[in-house]
Amino acid sequence: MSRRLLVVACAAIYLFLMLPLMVVFPISLSSAPYMQFPPPGLSWQWYDRFFDDPQWLDATWRSLYIGSATAGLALALGVPLSFSLVRGRFAGRALLDRLALAPVIVPTIVLSVSVYGLFAKLKLIGAWYGLVVAHTVLALPFVVLVMGAGLRDFDRSLEQAAEGLGASRWRTLRRVTLPLLRPSLVSAGLLAFISSFDELVVALFLAGPNMTLPKKMFDNILMEIDPTIAAVSVMQILLVVLVLVLIGRFGRGLGGANMSGSAR
Amino acid sequence: MPTRSGQLSVAGHLSVTGLCRRFGEVVALDEVSLDIAPGELLTILGPSGSGKTTLLKVVAGFEKPDAGRVSVDGQDITAMPPARRDIGMVFQNYALFPHLTVAGNVAFPLEMRNVGRAEVARRVGETLALVELAGYGERLPRQLSGGQQQRVALARAIVFNPRLLLLDEPFGALDRKLRETMQLEVRRLQKRLGLTTIFITHDQEEALVLSDRIAVMNRGAIQQVAGTMEIYERPANDFVADFVGESNIFHGTLTEPGIVTLSSGRRLLVNRDGKVGDRLGVLMRPERFADKGANGFAAEVVEAVYLGASLKLRLACEDGLELVVRQPARGKLPVAGQRLEVGIDADAIHVF
Amino acid sequence: MKTPGIFPAVPALVLLFAFFLFPVVRMLGYSVDAGSFEWYAKALGEGLYLGVFWNTFQIALLVTLICLLLGYPVGFLIATTTPGWAVLGFIFVLLPLWTSVLVRTYAWMVLLGRNGVFNRWLIDSGIISDPLPLLHNVTGVLIGMVHVLLPYMVLPIYGAVRRLDPALVAAAEGLGASDWRIFWRIYLPLTANGIFAGSVLVFVLSLGFFITPALLGGGRVIMIAVLIEQEVRQTLNWPFAAALSAVLLAATLAVYALAQRFTQSEART
Repeated sequence: MSRRLLVVACAAIYLFLMLPLMVVFPISLSSAPYMQFPPPGLSWQWYDRFFDDPQWLDATWRSLYIGSATAGLALALGVPLSFSLVRGRFAGRALLDRLALAPVIVPTIVLSVSVYGLFAKLKLIGAWYGLVVAHTVLALPFVVLVMGAGLRDFDRSLEQAAEGLGASRWRTLRRVTLPLLRPSLVSAGLLAFISSFDELVVALFLAGPNMTLPKKMFDNILMEIDPTIAAVSVMQILLVVLVLVLIGRFGRGLGGANMSGSAR
Repeated sequence: MPTRSGQLSVAGHLSVTGLCRRFGEVVALDEVSLDIAPGELLTILGPSGSGKTTLLKVVAGFEKPDAGRVSVDGQDITAMPPARRDIGMVFQNYALFPHLTVAGNVAFPLEMRNVGRAEVARRVGETLALVELAGYGERLPRQLSGGQQQRVALARAIVFNPRLLLLDEPFGALDRKLRETMQLEVRRLQKRLGLTTIFITHDQEEALVLSDRIAVMNRGAIQQVAGTMEIYERPANDFVADFVGESNIFHGTLTEPGIVTLSSGRRLLVNRDGKVGDRLGVLMRPERFADKGANGFAAEVVEAVYLGASLKLRLACEDGLELVVRQPARGKLPVAGQRLEVGIDADAIHVF
Repeated sequence: MKTPGIFPAVPALVLLFAFFLFPVVRMLGYSVDAGSFEWYAKALGEGLYLGVFWNTFQIALLVTLICLLLGYPVGFLIATTTPGWAVLGFIFVLLPLWTSVLVRTYAWMVLLGRNGVFNRWLIDSGIISDPLPLLHNVTGVLIGMVHVLLPYMVLPIYGAVRRLDPALVAAAEGLGASDWRIFWRIYLPLTANGIFAGSVLVFVLSLGFFITPALLGGGRVIMIAVLIEQEVRQTLNWPFAAALSAVLLAATLAVYALAQRFTQSEART
């Protein structure tokens, strides 16, 4: 009885969660020249407009390579960091653990303004690699959380077995440890990518005259709401679906356990 | 290098001397010394926390001793990294690489030694056949049963002709029937290959089945090293007597040659001379009692437990002594409350 | 395998020091540039700015409460349902979580605007005659923020319910407790840590929120992050922005420190 009440309540909440994601689909296919719901007819005009507009394409391309570079750098720095944090025995490890997760806690606006101040001085505003560096700071906690969970669950007798069978430390890492951690690596990399690809606040300050996709969207929403945004939104949602499918297929689950780790 | 035709390897003499290892306040290894002959299977038997796993880890190289030396065939390997020791090990949970096939697992140590492709394939095939897993090479470990996983772990540990084989409680996860089969199989293989082997267990029955010799450990120290019969029949102290098998252990004083007097005043005839006044331990195995003997006990049955092949009796003697006695389960069986008499001969009593 | 030391962490540490700790400390330094605290006096003394802080605090608290109210049932349901339904539930929670905040904010503008989907529908069906003010006010900001932050509440609560030993619930049922009693006497106290963790996270994230209030508030709902952005990008008043940032950062860290202390003393008893 009360269980049915719970299910009904949750159905309503799911609807609330999914509604904004669903509403952009019909709008993106609208044949009306401005925002109208329900759409009077169907057309691909807003998708055409996106693919015909060099500004949109340029911003998308920039976000793609900044996101990829961020994922690469975040993995390159974050994976060794996670090994240190989970397996290392040294003074100050707990402090380091907090520092690595701090970018999640410190408000993004504070981080953005701070880095903006520094980069203005260093003449790095508008440089794509400047944005990569700042996004990597934001992505590191994701890598540390996901890799940390993977490493804590790792059965270390497998590494001992490999060494006992004659593998050097390097070969153990390459042949046993990293292949077994691949699901965590996939998840961490994709999360780092998405976190950069969607990031607005830092980009608002650091991108200068160069548009990233979120920045271009932000400007468009402020200036003129035309359904091109809806078309972009649909493509973004599909990208997220793709990423979640990839994580589900090749990555380590994003279930409550490791995500709620960020709450601590 | 031995071939797989059953020829014995001559090398593999392990000797550890004066090993010490502490973890904070806990002494895991306390001056442990052992010598294991080539081709011998030595079991280290002890309760959990007795230091047996630490000893194995030190031999394998996963743990560094605070003091002492490990050597194989006269070569000091105390400081050598595990990868260069040429020691095969079967882990408690098998530690099979889940991302590699059975063949990939068994090939692993050969690839680490840069053995050629064809040779790897040949030896993997031979070894899998040896553990009766021919045809399973392409499976993944998780597709195998517990017993099969165990065989893969064993194959992986012997495929590179190690100088030494270490087995860390490998049968713990198997059910009783399978465990007995695997025990015999491991023993057969070990003998055929002539591999010097250290086997770790807390199960005294398993130790008796498998071993050439048994080293009983407690609190980081070796209590006794001896053949299986010796360990069972002539334990060196209370701990060994109590840990291996069921036992009736008492303490008394040698009041005259051949007679130990217990604190209850009971005089036991034993085969032991010595200095009168010595404090001695007396061990009587439950199954060594008969209806009559040089030493007789009139007692009341406190509890009778039927075990199928035998009957286990808990007896209370008139002088307050409590005995555990096993009798073959046939004829009319005694019940609780019944009075009866048992006896044991002097040479069935072990004095230590 | 030897344990790694601090060495593998060094490259990441360099990055965190150079592009995180150093710039933040450097900027906070601006707030007391001349050794005076005038900018703090302005931030915490003038009614206008104090109002922004108060606003921010109220909104964060409201968002946290609403998220808790909506998040507990969802976390609870996902944790106690069959695996198939749980996966579906996770999709409904994770898909929005990983969808760009901008996309979602835009969608809410479409839904809540004067001529938006909701008002159209309500007017067309004759329920109301004039459009409801759902956008460019606190209501819009609350809806948008709850939507963004709800998953952060659901996940820790899901974790807490999952960790609960189902035998306890079975035992309570066996002892004759009703569903509601089981909820109040077993689930709620034993998942308190999940509720607490989720609430702290949502509250802290709310304090520093920028995108949603900037777009859905329509310039009428000023939260502290929006104010900081204006001070830097429009007014170019760095010392004041730095002082505001310092206050925001201090508030955030204080909440975390308190939460940490609370959970630790909890764990000890």
